[in-house]
Amino acid sequence: MADSIVSLQHVEKWYGENHVVKDMNLEIPEGEFITLLGPSGCGKTTTLRMIAGFEDATSGIIMVQGERVEEKEPYQRDVNTVFQNYSLFPHMTVFDNVAYGPMIRKAPKDQIKKRVEEMLGLVQMSGYEKRKPDALSGGQKQRVAIARALINNPRVLLLDEPLGALDLKLRKQMQLELKHLQKKLGITFIYVTHDQEEAMTMSDRIAVMHGGNLLQVESPAEIYNHPNTRFVADFIGESNIFFGKVVRVDGDMLSVETAQGRMLTKGSGFAQGDEIFVSIRPEHLQFADTASEGFELPGRVFDQVFIGTLHKTTFRTAGGKEIKASRIDADPGLEDGLERKLFWDPGQSVAIHPTPEDKQEAGK
Amino acid sequence: MTEGHIQEQKKEKARRKKSRLPMLAQAGPVSIWMILFVTIPLLFIIYISFMTRGPFGGVVYKFSLDSYKTLLDPIYFTVILKSLRVALFTTVLCLLLGYPFAYYIAKQPPERASRLIMLLMIPFWTNSMIRLNSWMLFFQTAGPVNNLLLKLGLIQKPIMFLYTDPLVMLGLVTGMLPFAVLPMYSSIEKLQKNLLEASADLGANPSVTFRKVTLPLTMPGIVSAIILVFIPSLGTYTVTDMLGGGKVLYIGNIIKNQFGSIRNWPLGAALSVLLLAITALLIFLYTRFARVDELEVV
Repeated sequence: MADSIVSLQHVEKWYGENHVVKDMNLEIPEGEFITLLGPSGCGKTTTLRMIAGFEDATSGIIMVQGERVEEKEPYQRDVNTVFQNYSLFPHMTVFDNVAYGPMIRKAPKDQIKKRVEEMLGLVQMSGYEKRKPDALSGGQKQRVAIARALINNPRVLLLDEPLGALDLKLRKQMQLELKHLQKKLGITFIYVTHDQEEAMTMSDRIAVMHGGNLLQVESPAEIYNHPNTRFVADFIGESNIFFGKVVRVDGDMLSVETAQGRMLTKGSGFAQGDEIFVSIRPEHLQFADTASEGFELPGRVFDQVFIGTLHKTTFRTAGGKEIKASRIDADPGLEDGLERKLFWDPGQSVAIHPTPEDKQEAGK
Repeated sequence: MTEGHIQEQKKEKARRKKSRLPMLAQAGPVSIWMILFVTIPLLFIIYISFMTRGPFGGVVYKFSLDSYKTLLDPIYFTVILKSLRVALFTTVLCLLLGYPFAYYIAKQPPERASRLIMLLMIPFWTNSMIRLNSWMLFFQTAGPVNNLLLKLGLIQKPIMFLYTDPLVMLGLVTGMLPFAVLPMYSSIEKLQKNLLEASADLGANPSVTFRKVTLPLTMPGIVSAIILVFIPSLGTYTVTDMLGGGKVLYIGNIIKNQFGSIRNWPLGAALSVLLLAITALLIFLYTRFARVDELEVV
């Protein structure tokens, strides 16, 4: 695709016997903040490192700014990386660290000085020029690392869990700063994280990876509201996921029989007898003395927690499965051990086709 | 403030508290050891160097500057220059051979690396006399090297390897190489791969990365290697005695002879003081020049 700034086509990566990235296809338009999200070992960092050139793809095409780069060394590629562990040169001052890129390109000294000042200003680190990395806090180091990566004016910035080593408060602050920085500079950010909240906060699009597969690439809202696989439904936010069989199809309304009971959901592409996952978010789960028609899903109150903004209730079904519900308003009549009927608006649950991997997992 | 920070501070406090009282107890034994076995002998050597030589050897405890006057003889200047040259060449060769070797070992998987280091150390389980004698046998006129060269027709008559500077250098380099490799290995091994990646990422090709990142960050190892090789090479006498056959004189041999066969202890002591002064001066100049104070010497 001509308008993609980064394009991965059928990219594969094997480490010996391990297939870590499987037939990866991804088009990233210019100026996008895209996050590769997944648990550790899902292939997200390997993908990023293949774009940077630190790893060679076993096969496939990687294009940056319309040029194939598979054969290029990292120092020949016009992308820059912010590393998880900062990777600042310990023997150089902050100034020399940031000046490293233009210094190598043999830019004039006064120009380097001007650019370094500009970059340090951008990340709010002016005045730290003479410090050594050892004398900086984690957050400051990361700012310097960002300035160092941006000084070469890359069109694409790769960020490998850049905030992973920071404490929560600082991380939240840096998330917003990074997002603003990206908007201000208008360059493409490819961001790797295992933190789904971080991905939701910052990204234009999220690419969810699992076991080397790219599962879903969509906006945070779309991923949250319409996960396309059981893994995505489970990994992004909280979900109650039921496994069962479609017993009746009525237009897009499916009646599903599970081990926990009977339920309704909307969904397409299912026939009677198909296996199905039904995913419902806790905030959409309703409970009352009587359920709406089509639902037969009783549960006993097992636990109630108030977390400030939400009242979280955990139910247990007869089979022992825990089902989570959350509400803004308290339900004063609710006591542990009480039985309630669970149900929801069938339009708010998501019907998911099981993948071969799901079936394998279920078989174990 | 995070949990980690607080814990770290607690640890730091505990560390300081712990170190305050028994500081003396900790430093004490080492200090006593150093005073007994380094400072006192050294002072004694300096003291003797200002004494008079006895008529039948030994020392007469009467102040004299005779030994230092003797040192003004240009022959000693020549010997010292020659010794410095050999030590310098040995050091340079050890660095040139040792650095790539250390680099190679450091890039191997840990198990393989420790096996390679073991191989490097094995020759040192044998006495240096045996090793030096083997070199002599190996390179003597009727030895295997000459025989092979003769058989191959590369030479018409045997080469006199023994008692030449190149053979002395060979003995020194092979003897000193591990002292160069080990500190450099430990420096290179500590070098983080991600720093090299960061350098490449910013546009530096491998040779620039080597000059700007690898070399400066492994400098502590190189400095240690230089000091560990240069100083012993400068004062050595076993290698030069055996492979140099006493034919070529180095300062180490002369000192040894003054204390040994010639029995002029004050002169030997004066030569030792001179060697010490030269070494100290060189290290001082070197550390100044290399700005070692900024580096953590291993």
